[in-house]
This record gives sequence, structure tokens and C-alpha cells, in this order.
Amino acid sequence: MLDGARAAAEERSGTGAARSYGLARTLSVKVLSAVITLFVVLVGNFFLFRVLPADPAKNLTHNSALTASQLAAINRTFGLGLPLPQQFWNYLVQTFHGNLGRSFVNELPVSQLISQALWPTILLVGTSTLLSTVIGVWIGIRGGWNRGSRFDRSSTAFVNVLYAMPDFWLGMVLLIALAGKLAIFPDGGMHSFTGAGSGLSGLGDLLWHLTLPCLVLTLVYLAEYSLVMRSSLIDELQADYLLTARAKGLRDDLVRRRHAVPNALLPSITLIMLNLGFVISGAITTETVFSWPGLGRLSYVALNAPDYPTLEGTFLLFSAAVIVANLIGDLLLTVFDPRVRQA
Amino acid sequence: MSAPAAGTSTAGGNGPAAALPPTGTPLTPRRLARARRKAALARFWREFRRDRRGMVGLIVLGLMIAVALLAPVLANSRGLNPIYAIATPNSGPSLHDLLGTDNDGRSVLTLLIWGARNSLLVGFTATLISMLIGALVGVVAGHSGSIRARAGRLTDNLMMRATDWFLVVPFLPLAMVLARTIGPSLGVIILVIGLTSWAGTARIVRAQALAVETRPYLERAKALGAGHWHQMYRHVLPNVMPLLLANTILTVAGTILAETTLSFLGLGDPVRPTWGEMLGAAYSNGVGTGNIVWLLAPGIAVIAVVMAFTLVGHALEAVLDPKLRGR
Repeated sequence: MLDGARAAAEERSGTGAARSYGLARTLSVKVLSAVITLFVVLVGNFFLFRVLPADPAKNLTHNSALTASQLAAINRTFGLGLPLPQQFWNYLVQTFHGNLGRSFVNELPVSQLISQALWPTILLVGTSTLLSTVIGVWIGIRGGWNRGSRFDRSSTAFVNVLYAMPDFWLGMVLLIALAGKLAIFPDGGMHSFTGAGSGLSGLGDLLWHLTLPCLVLTLVYLAEYSLVMRSSLIDELQADYLLTARAKGLRDDLVRRRHAVPNALLPSITLIMLNLGFVISGAITTETVFSWPGLGRLSYVALNAPDYPTLEGTFLLFSAAVIVANLIGDLLLTVFDPRVRQA
Repeated sequence: MSAPAAGTSTAGGNGPAAALPPTGTPLTPRRLARARRKAALARFWREFRRDRRGMVGLIVLGLMIAVALLAPVLANSRGLNPIYAIATPNSGPSLHDLLGTDNDGRSVLTLLIWGARNSLLVGFTATLISMLIGALVGVVAGHSGSIRARAGRLTDNLMMRATDWFLVVPFLPLAMVLARTIGPSLGVIILVIGLTSWAGTARIVRAQALAVETRPYLERAKALGAGHWHQMYRHVLPNVMPLLLANTILTVAGTILAETTLSFLGLGDPVRPTWGEMLGAAYSNGVGTGNIVWLLAPGIAVIAVVMAFTLVGHALEAVLDPKLRGR
């Protein structure tokens, strides 16, 4: 997965064909292609849940024993007897109206379940992305600039171990070590059962619950960012403009901050934005281990129920998140890097 | 490859002398090609051996593969069946069960050894599927992209849009949904991981194929009347092969991690334990109150294998692309 992202980053930051479009045209092409991808996801979703299973009605009802008339009723309610294009059209209309169906487990609208779970996920993913980006990029810069130094060697080794680590395993180890016997941290959830409290104590309680899951996601994603940052900075080390900057008599610190790092940051920006979309779905395991009431846990519970409407809704949202994050990354890069505009 | 004066190079040098088969046998083109290949391999191995981290990875990998292959010898497969498990469930390490037991009273060591077999099996076969699709899409897209005809461009474009879609679609939920709708088994996990992880490879292969397409020997082949299939199979593919190999090794690391995650989420085959499945069982059966080794051992095994693959993969890349040395 990392290689794909890296290839994408390389492709995007490289200079493309000589034809040059205006900024507005580039932006509209990117937005259009994101919309097309989103449509493809909708089609994929439709097939995955309604066409692929041999008998959608049985699938929808958890394979429970049903009489013929019950089956017919379900087929009628969900329009499963209609021709496929008609079904697809209905599905599109419903989805655009925000109607994602009702959960099999508690009969609540899926859109409501998702909107409840959205904020915890945004809080967790947002905080950990911010931390992992800052720390990861910092490690990458420091290691890459003084390649082979003690800091570089030890941080690379550390980061490689983190990169090979399943996030949920790290989560469970931390849970048992810090929340189990020592009880320094809570063993999951977002608030204490004794009531969250209001104001400052409520916030403290939230942060206390947030620490461990956030730490896990930060550590796991920091590895990727620092590796990419380090290698793109090393790529820049041989660049002629660094020699020029040094020849002008700039201090080493300035050469790094003003000249090398801004150029080396571009692949990292693409990767971070691409990842931002993936982190939301990647948090499924971490949220599960820490019982964090976000989208990831929602989809895990739906998976094991199995609760297809909820699973379908979260899958749609996860895909949309990747597409939107990717689009934002593309747009940011177009603004930051004039070379990309020519692709 | 530069060719120094014959006779000056010692055994294993790049000169043609080293590539010559032993004297006394008649020199045929096939013999020559085989000897050249052998010399190239020897050179490759010498370069690889210099990479210390790569060698460490290779040794760890060798050990793991040996354990996986020898699983029936090392641990009786009866130990996997809960019916024969008589030890206390979820108890810590003892002389009888060196790594303790799981919630069914099965030896964690037995599970770990058989887990190596299944985890590596999934890792390798899923990677094989992923590589086949990735290489096919990459080579075909790269080859058609270099054709001037409109149909070629169109093929390339369509294939790369499909690749983009697979690159963008979130892997974990897609795999979860697929595995759930088709049904949980090791085969499904292999298929799902293979089908969702080829996009990165396809992109890398296509880029390399486009570079190969501009070489003169392809022009020669075309001038001699080679068809598309012949060009791709005999000329493009062999030249993207080294890159594909390095990428394969790195992909195995990814597929093993993916397998761990999917099995942890309960989508694996309960009858054939993998490391991810052990972790999943440990999670849902209160490992915190009992045998902590049951959680630690599979996790460390996963880290060791994934790191070994990554180290070997990067060492291979460094041998193939000298620009990457010292990373």
C-alpha cells in the first residue's frame, strides 16, 4: 500500500508533459475526475451489496428462515424485483437524499448512526494525524539531513519496527500494560461511566480517554511519514541549488529550512493527504480495541452482526473520505508546486 | 555491460571470459546465454551479500520459512484440535507448554508454528495473485501506451483509470465487505488481498515498461516483425522482472500485515489458525487476565517477518538501483 502511495506521489511531483493548462482548467479537471471516481464507487457499492450476493433478500435478513410471502414482502419493500437499471436509479436517488436505510440491529436510520459516530472519529483521526505529521516529518528531516548519524540510525531502526507493527497489537499491548494492572489510563470508551462532567473536567476526561488510541495511531502513521520525508530529503541533497545556496555562504540551518525542506515536503504532502482518507478506515482496528465509539467501531460491529445497511453506509463514507482527501491533496499540490500544473 | 579484454577478468568478473562455459564443450548460443545468466546471478549475490541489513532479513526469513515447512515435524497437528487439549486454558508459560496455552487449552507454541505456515501461505499466494495482475496490467498498459495508434492510448488510459480506482478505494472496508459477502475462509482472504493490492505494482511496472519501450532493441524486434505479444513477453517483461522481484518481496510484507488485520477482525478460517487469528482470539477471550505470551508471541512473529521482508526488499532495490544505496 505504501508503494502505491509513493508511486502516486512520485508521479504527481514529477514534471509531466510540456503542455501547460491554466490553473482553473487543472482544478476543474481534478474535481471532475473525483466526481467520476465517486460515481464509480457508488456503482461498485450497488453491485457489492445487491447484485453479488446470490439472494439479496436472504442476505438482508441475516439468512434467517423466511416464508415465501415474507420474502416477497421484502423484495417488494426494497424493490428487489425491479429491473436492475430501475433498482440502480432508486438506489442513487435514495443515497443522494441521505437515506441509507435502517440498521438491522437497532432499526435506527444508518445516516443517524453515522452522524453520531462521525465526530469521535474526526477527533481521533484529526489529533493523531496532526501529531504523526509533525513528529514524523521532524524525524525525517533530522535523520535525512545528517544521514548516518546516531540519531538517524536509531530513529530509522525504531521507525522500521513501528512500520512492521500491526496497530491493533500495539493497542492491546499498551492497554494491558497501562490500563490493565497499572490503571493509569481507562480501558476504552470515550467518557467515564460515572458521567462525563461538564466544562473543564469533561474535557480532561475526554483527553484522558483519547490518549492511548491517539498514541497508537500517531506511532503507526509517524513511521510512514518519517520514512518518506527522509528519503525525499536525501533525494534533494544532491540538488544543484543546495550547492548554490551554500556557495552564497548561507548557514547550514538556513540551507535546510529555506531550500531543501520546502522542496522535499511535496511528496510528504501528497502522502499525508492520501493517507488522511485511509486513516479514517484504517482506524477500524484501533477503534475496536479501544471501544472508541467512532465509524471504525460502528463498521466492526456491523460486520459481525452482520448489519449490511450500516456496513454499506460506512463503506460509502470511507470511500468518499479517500476521494475527497485525495482531491484536497491534489489541489494543495497544484497550488504549492507550479510544476504539477503542467501535467 | 562493458566488455573488458577477454582473459583479463577473474572468475565472476563481468567480461565475456567469465561468462564462457567450461572449455571442452561446444559453444552454442543457448549455452552462452545460460552461462551469462549464471554470472549475472553470481554478481547479483555478491552485491546483495554486502548489504548487512538485507542479510539479516534473509536469515530471519530463511528460519521462518523452515519453521513453516517443517510445521508437521515440529508440532503435532493434533495440538490444533481443542478436543485433544487438556491443559489449563489461558495459563502462563510452563515446562510442558513453553509459551503457555490459549483459551481452549491449546499450546501457544503449536499454534505459533502452524500459524507461521498459514500466515506465510496467505502472504505468498496473495502476493502471487497481486503480482500477476499488477505485471499484466502494467506491461500491457505500458506497451499500449507507447503505441501511436489511438486504440493503444485508449487501452492504456482505461487500464490506468481502473488502477487509480483500486489505489483509491479503501482496502480494509472493501476486503471486509468482500470477505463477509463471500464467506470466511483462507482462500477468500487470499483472493481478497490479492485482488485489492495490485494497483501500486501496476503503476511501478508501467513506468518501467514505458522506459523499456524506448530502447533500440525493441525497435529492432518491431523491424523484424515481432507481434505485440512477442514484444511484451520476450522483451518488456524480462526487463521489468528485477524491479518486479524487489516489489514482490515488499508486497509480501504488506499482504502479511493485511492478513493479520483481516483475521483479527474475525474474517479468517477458524480451523486453520494464522497469527492474526491468534491475536483476534486473544483479544476476544480476555488475554489481559491470563497468558500474556499468547498476545506477545504472534505479534512479535508478525513484526519479525514483516521487517525481514522489508529489509530484504530494500536491499534488493538497492542492488538494482545504485541511487538508492545508503538509504
